[in-house]
Amino acid sequence: MPLDFSRENHPFPITFRMKAKIIITPKKAVLDPQGKTVQTALEHMGYTGVTGVHIGKYIEIDLAPGTDKAAATKAINDAAHKLLSNPVIEDYKLEIE
Amino acid sequence: MNFSVLQFPASNCDQDAVHAVRLLGHSARLVWHKDASLGDTDCVIVPGGFSYGDYLRCGAIARFSPVMQAVKQFADNGGLVLGICNGFQVLTEAGLLPGALIRNRDLQFHCENIFLKTATNDSPFTSQIPSGKILRVPIAHGEGCYFADEETLAKLKANNQILWQYCDASGNLTDTANPNGALQNIAGICNEKRNVAGLMPHPERACESLLGSDDGKWIFESLFAALKNKTVAQAA
Repeated sequence: MPLDFSRENHPFPITFRMKAKIIITPKKAVLDPQGKTVQTALEHMGYTGVTGVHIGKYIEIDLAPGTDKAAATKAINDAAHKLLSNPVIEDYKLEIE
Repeated sequence: MNFSVLQFPASNCDQDAVHAVRLLGHSARLVWHKDASLGDTDCVIVPGGFSYGDYLRCGAIARFSPVMQAVKQFADNGGLVLGICNGFQVLTEAGLLPGALIRNRDLQFHCENIFLKTATNDSPFTSQIPSGKILRVPIAHGEGCYFADEETLAKLKANNQILWQYCDASGNLTDTANPNGALQNIAGICNEKRNVAGLMPHPERACESLLGSDDGKWIFESLFAALKNKTVAQAA
């Protein structure tokens, strides 16, 4: 039987590092002059079919091994609201793995 | 009157603000961002610059400085707070003023003199500006495009919270006179209680004719008048 190397059933006592990945994008109603400029550049270069470019930010947060995922999700959502993104102008997506 | 001018790492208009207040006959001192207290203060100025290198978003990190807790408390108690340029960005990030300041629509840093129309004299920041006077003051920012959602904008208008708008030399609110794409040509606003205001232009850099314009002094004169009235009211 092949060994299962997944996180849940890993055959060796390995501590996986946890990472939170946060993608921040400008809200639809907010002017995104960077996105617009890049879109125009893409069109000038001959790339067709581009109907929108939105430029945001990507943040990676390293978490201590063994961090409780649910608690981390709650804490990082809180941080994303207070600091990492500005809810007035930005949306964000959070993934923890 | 005692003015407190905050000093964050990479503030760079702090000395200008202190100079302007002293030049106009009042006392001003710098308050370091790590101080948890403002001391004896009549008015707080959050100055321009690039606090914390503008990392993450302009003003986003400065808002968590210990001194900002004191500023929030000062404002909650009715104290007068004026944010200039980066200071305006810090106040919006701190939730003391509504909306946000985003990248200029042409993606360029604008360093030039602009014209400002005062939308209302009904505030401690505008009361002494002569009626119909168009202020000529400098701007120097890359992220000064004022944004607020429709609901917030409607509220700002209904409550007369828009204090200054970009205009041409004759006072017309045109799109060409708008240096950064701000909604409704908004250059500065105040909160609902009218004791906290922010603006992108730099009145502190235009308080003496030697610098090309002394129009900025009217904003400071308004503050002095408001503080004087307050002292008189307290003594009575």
